[in-house]
Amino acid sequence: MIDERRVPIDRDVDIVTARQLGRELAAEAGFTGSDLTLIATAISEVARNIVVYAERGEIRLGRTDRNGREGIEVVAADEGPGIPDIQQAMQDGFSTGRSLGLGLPGARRLMDEFEIVSEVGKGTVVTMRKWRP
Amino acid sequence: MSVPILKQGDVLIASIQSALTDRDLLQLKDELAEKVGRLRSRGVVIDVTALDVMDSFATRTIRSIAAATRLRGAETVVVGIQPEVAIALVELGLTLDGIATALDLEEGLDVLVEVMEARRRDR
Ligand SMILES: Nc1ncnc2c1ncn2[C@@H]1O[C@H](COP(=O)(O)OP(=O)(O)OP(=O)(O)O)[C@@H](O)[C@H]1O
Ligand SMILES: [Mg+2]
Repeated sequence: MIDERRVPIDRDVDIVTARQLGRELAAEAGFTGSDLTLIATAISEVARNIVVYAERGEIRLGRTDRNGREGIEVVAADEGPGIPDIQQAMQDGFSTGRSLGLGLPGARRLMDEFEIVSEVGKGTVVTMRKWRP
Repeated sequence: MSVPILKQGDVLIASIQSALTDRDLLQLKDELAEKVGRLRSRGVVIDVTALDVMDSFATRTIRSIAAATRLRGAETVVVGIQPEVAIALVELGLTLDGIATALDLEEGLDVLVEVMEARRRDR
């Protein structure tokens, strides 16, 4: 990640801070129009999951490039309870929080790349990237 | 950042001014449900023009505002969803099914009159 920025996440205002910074960095990286909103919305979802399920963690944001393409990378990391069944958690409508269960699968649709690594009792790391058109 | 709620006749207008935290959104829900009863309002307009992001939490809360105010006798119209926000909502898989929407406040008030009349006929 290039010029990595970190936003500590431990309460609801931090979600707003993270997604606003993400929008700014995405604009600096050359994203425009609805891409900025898609990126900010995906950040909002993974940041909220930290607050709701892990209580605290951090969002790391920065530019990235691969094979001459430029983009933005978002990492949401926490040391919370972890996710026992990732396949299940990635399904539309699955929620242990009596919510809509759209955050993770929705964030995957909003971004180009989405990886999630989680270990019960250790924590969760979600890595997302979007490439500039 | 709390949301100002204006009373105009039997309609309440909540115009969101800036990005809202989850707590702000929940506070808006409580205030609207309370005010609808106290002021005997028949309609609620929520102006979301200033929201640059509507994620799953915001959408769920707006849906529950509409459901709660309906139980208190008022219909809700959401106005001003930005085009980029609409695209993001669709990608996320979120809908505002069953909630009337309009492009701006003026149109929203017209829609509200229609919805309120339709409801009166249904009774
Ligand atoms: N950081 C995390 N730590 C632990 N569990 C998590 C984390 N993120 C997600 N989960 C688990 O994965 C499930 C699915 O997450 P997702 O964001 O898709 O839905 P949700 O948060 O339940 O609902 P929504 O995001 O629609 O409000 C959650 O209910 C929770 O059990
Ligand atoms: Mg979620």
